[in-house]
Amino acid sequence: MSNILSVVTFLPLVGALLIATLNAEAKGNARWIALWTTLVTFAVSLLIWINFDTNTAGFQFVEEHAWLGPLKYKMGVDGISMLFVILTTFLMPLCILASWVSIQDRVKEYMIAFLVLETLMLGVFCALDMVLFYLFFEGGLIPMFIIIGVWGGKRRVYASFKFFLYTLLGSVLMLLAMMAMYWHAGTTDIPTLLQTKFPPDMQWWLWIAFFASFAVKMPMWPVHTWLPDAHVEAPTAGSVILAGILLKMGGYGFLRFSLPMFPNASAELASFVFTLSIVAIIYTSLVALVQEDIKKLIAYSSVAHMGYVTMGIFTASQQGIDGAIFQMLSHGIVSSALFLCVGVIYDRTHTREIAAYGGLVERMPKYAFAFMVFTMANVGLPGTSGFVGEFLTLLSAFKANTWVAILATTGVILSAAYALYLYRRVIFGVLEKASLKKLLDLSPREIAILAPLVLLTIFYGLYPAPVLDVTATSVKNLVQNYQSAQGTAAASAAPQGTH
Amino acid sequence: MIYAAIVFLPLAGALIAGLFGRAIGDRASEVVTTAFLLIAAALSWVAFFQVALGHETHDVQLLRWITSGELDVSWALKIDTLTSVMLVVVTTVSSLVHLYSIGYMHEDPSRSRFFAYLSLFTFAMLMLVTSGNLVQMFFGWEGVGLASYLLIGFWYQKPSANAAAIKAFIVNRVGDFGFSLGIFGLFFVFHTVNLDALFAAAPSAVGKTFNFAGHDVDILTTLSLLLFVGAMGKSAQFLLHTWLPDAMEGPTPVSALIHAATMVTAGVFMVARLSPIFELAPNALMFVTYIGAITAFFAATVGLVQNDIKRVIAYSTCSQLGYMFVACGIGAYGAGIFHLFTHAFFKALLFLGAGSVIHAMHHEQDMRAMGGLRKKIPWTFAAMLIGTLALTGVGIPHLAGFAGFYSKDAIIEASYAANTPNNFAFWLLVVAALMTSFYSWRLVFMTFYGETRADHHTYDHAHESPPTMMVPLLVLSLGAVLAGILFAPYFIGHDESAFWGAALFRGEHNHILHEMHEVPGWVPYSSSIAMVAGFAIAWVYYIGAPWLPAATARAFRPLYLFLLNKWYFDELYDLIFVRPAFGIGRFLWKDGDGAVIDGAINGTATGVVRITDRVVKLQTGYMYHYAFAMLIGVAAILTWLTYNGLFGGVLK
Repeated sequence: MSNILSVVTFLPLVGALLIATLNAEAKGNARWIALWTTLVTFAVSLLIWINFDTNTAGFQFVEEHAWLGPLKYKMGVDGISMLFVILTTFLMPLCILASWVSIQDRVKEYMIAFLVLETLMLGVFCALDMVLFYLFFEGGLIPMFIIIGVWGGKRRVYASFKFFLYTLLGSVLMLLAMMAMYWHAGTTDIPTLLQTKFPPDMQWWLWIAFFASFAVKMPMWPVHTWLPDAHVEAPTAGSVILAGILLKMGGYGFLRFSLPMFPNASAELASFVFTLSIVAIIYTSLVALVQEDIKKLIAYSSVAHMGYVTMGIFTASQQGIDGAIFQMLSHGIVSSALFLCVGVIYDRTHTREIAAYGGLVERMPKYAFAFMVFTMANVGLPGTSGFVGEFLTLLSAFKANTWVAILATTGVILSAAYALYLYRRVIFGVLEKASLKKLLDLSPREIAILAPLVLLTIFYGLYPAPVLDVTATSVKNLVQNYQSAQGTAAASAAPQGTH
Repeated sequence: MIYAAIVFLPLAGALIAGLFGRAIGDRASEVVTTAFLLIAAALSWVAFFQVALGHETHDVQLLRWITSGELDVSWALKIDTLTSVMLVVVTTVSSLVHLYSIGYMHEDPSRSRFFAYLSLFTFAMLMLVTSGNLVQMFFGWEGVGLASYLLIGFWYQKPSANAAAIKAFIVNRVGDFGFSLGIFGLFFVFHTVNLDALFAAAPSAVGKTFNFAGHDVDILTTLSLLLFVGAMGKSAQFLLHTWLPDAMEGPTPVSALIHAATMVTAGVFMVARLSPIFELAPNALMFVTYIGAITAFFAATVGLVQNDIKRVIAYSTCSQLGYMFVACGIGAYGAGIFHLFTHAFFKALLFLGAGSVIHAMHHEQDMRAMGGLRKKIPWTFAAMLIGTLALTGVGIPHLAGFAGFYSKDAIIEASYAANTPNNFAFWLLVVAALMTSFYSWRLVFMTFYGETRADHHTYDHAHESPPTMMVPLLVLSLGAVLAGILFAPYFIGHDESAFWGAALFRGEHNHILHEMHEVPGWVPYSSSIAMVAGFAIAWVYYIGAPWLPAATARAFRPLYLFLLNKWYFDELYDLIFVRPAFGIGRFLWKDGDGAVIDGAINGTATGVVRITDRVVKLQTGYMYHYAFAMLIGVAAILTWLTYNGLFGGVLK
């Protein structure tokens, strides 16, 4: 158990190396090795979850090795990161399955890229050293670029480049901030940094620098425009990883760095985040309403949903953060599922244009059912996983600021509008178009991909306790530290005022 | 145990029909769902006798749901008199509608799906009425919304049905916007969403204010109003009513179950359920009264001129819901729920009767193409007649009458006793009663009397419906005749306080049930007079002088068009909400995201490309740019660490 996190993190890399030894013709072998690797990784990660102690606030399964000078190779998970590990290992086998038929070129390289990506993503959630985190965080983008750039659509160069520009600025600033933190605290050890009290002025700048990176990743308005383009050009499995996991790194970053390490700056800048969150919810929902491309619509809806996450996080309350984490996990399932659903019909018709569809329920009732479940989860219907996070974040927002709650709650109306309008145009209506008349319903492979997602969407909607139990203690600890930091800041500010 | 069975049998039926319908066949789906519902209905009556008449209450804990900090929500069933009344209404009407649908839908190719939706709806509705906390209530609330959406759009090939389904969902979401904020606010103030705890804590907030949207406002008034916005959406009250008439696009049994007897009454149920909170917020109750009275009046005016048989009944439903809200608003919750109870029988009867007419007429719904049907379908005619007598409230004061006579007249009398400003509630309801009588009899005359206006083929082939459809009509007819006289003593009469127990709360100054019996002698007659007047006018217009309707419409053309077009609400909302939403969306997309944000990015991009192209001579380097930048970053951090002597230990 002592190095289980390393095992989980690097298992995919081992699989990747194994595939690298194959000759280029062995497409089938590459697929099977990738599938088995991801399945075993998932199984091992479940062991971590089973052995995870929900009553401990701190890091568990910690491993620490000397590395470069003051830098250590240090891994560990707490209630905040635990389930992101599971989400990653869970989505990976589905991605491999989703690419089984649709990827025929350079299969070997494709599978290697995904497995390397998995290692890097898991590293982000497990790393307990700042520099290690940085390497995983930024390194993960390279395989993602390759996936979009090599297996992507027509405008993939533009899409990747846009992403590159956005991200570059953020990561440079984050790197500078990390240097400054090291300068101040003398360590890159995350648990130690969590105990460090940075002076309020310094917090402000550090907060901004980290924000620049995480806000792009999230993505928050107005630095969101890379996302629709990246999604549209990415292959289906690329979109799944992008929406399912990469976006969560921003939210995770806020929870791991911004909120606990810079609590005073977070409190001061919370209104700023609320404003951006609300704009994201309303603005991108309205934009989603008029989209003509299914993937773009879902991408915009992702931005809106991430608005609830940032809002919840910066209420710095138990419900807000529990809700934000839940919303991220739920969105990881639901938006992945929606992108997989788009993939299903894209594989058949090679178009993502909404107008090219209509009346699919006629030929594809099983597909229509799955799509309906995910649409309703996207809309936040109670009984689906989409409700719990939305409800908790809005509940916490009311306490923080009623205006924020009122404006953010309009999102429940708008999401219903764009999601149902999409469903109607694709699934309902008369099946008239000749290109659709021969469509086949879900294949067994596609059912194997979507069925677990349908079940989880409903299960966690009805019984979210397994998730909320994992997050509760760590979040409680985070909230308490945050509040006591506000107290000491006020106390130290008071005597200064008398001088 | 029986309570869990009542709630979960319909769910089991829905799952069987929905997931395995294809495998077991349509007939099996019908039988399973209908049988489960009949069992649930039988159990509900047992529960009704135990709980409402035996004065028991039960709390059944099922499962944890959402736990976060001090928020603790469980799945649980709370059974008291109010719940047991709703259980009876929901399962009785639902089981009859299931039975009826076997006949009505027999030609439809996707009956399994239909029955699955019906049962799913019933389950959600039962979760709503049995909830002991606001979040589970919201689950049921949205669940019935989903089922309603699916059933309105059941015939998915029809564009109008799809549009109506989406409209219903979205307008309801507008209501839910208020409902959610109400829940958030209650949690913020009282730190709980469990009903019993809220009811216990509510008095402590009387007269206190909090800051809401920048203003200091009364806590309970504000939160009650927010919750009521949810009720307005679900129960199609004035301003949020536009979805209900369009919902008639769904199959007729759906209209009877969801859009007449059960779901649309959820708002009334909510106000009654939360009476311990609303009673402490008199200004909110006044608002409820206003909205109820305006809706009762408004919907009746529109109902006067509609030609689609289902739409007439839909507006009638809207109007009757207004009556129920008036009752709640003036504190006569028992009368409101009583009207909900009787209305469920006679309105379901009218809808199913209308369905039988439509069935006989081969899916014709326009009354202008009907007429003279009483000889062709006498049993349906009889059922519709009973429904009309019950709806219009026929009866002899102080003696006996049909169901509506007890419940509607009780509300009218209570509204007089409530002394609203200028007695507006009373007068609006009396005028609405006159119009109710007019449009109801207009419906009967246009459909069943006179020479037929149908084409020969349709008229000749008009036939009475099969037994599966007639049995429900018979049962509901019995309900429409007897529900009032049998249950009035319990709901609003001398047994009412024992009957309701703690399920309904009345403030110490609320004596409305007592005062309603002490109104001036002419008041109880006012509604009967209105009813007779409405009948007389309808008779003159549609039997005595059939040229009058057209002449009147010509003489008052602007008014006629105003009513025919439903006060132009759809056009108004389209103009101020729907089009702007799309327009703004397009603007934000093309100009906001496109021109401004991407413009800035692309501008920077071009600059950066020029520079990096010189630095890194890689033709298609977008990917390598990034890797390069990252390498530089890592190199920089290592260099920096080295410079600061941090690797001292290693270097030495």
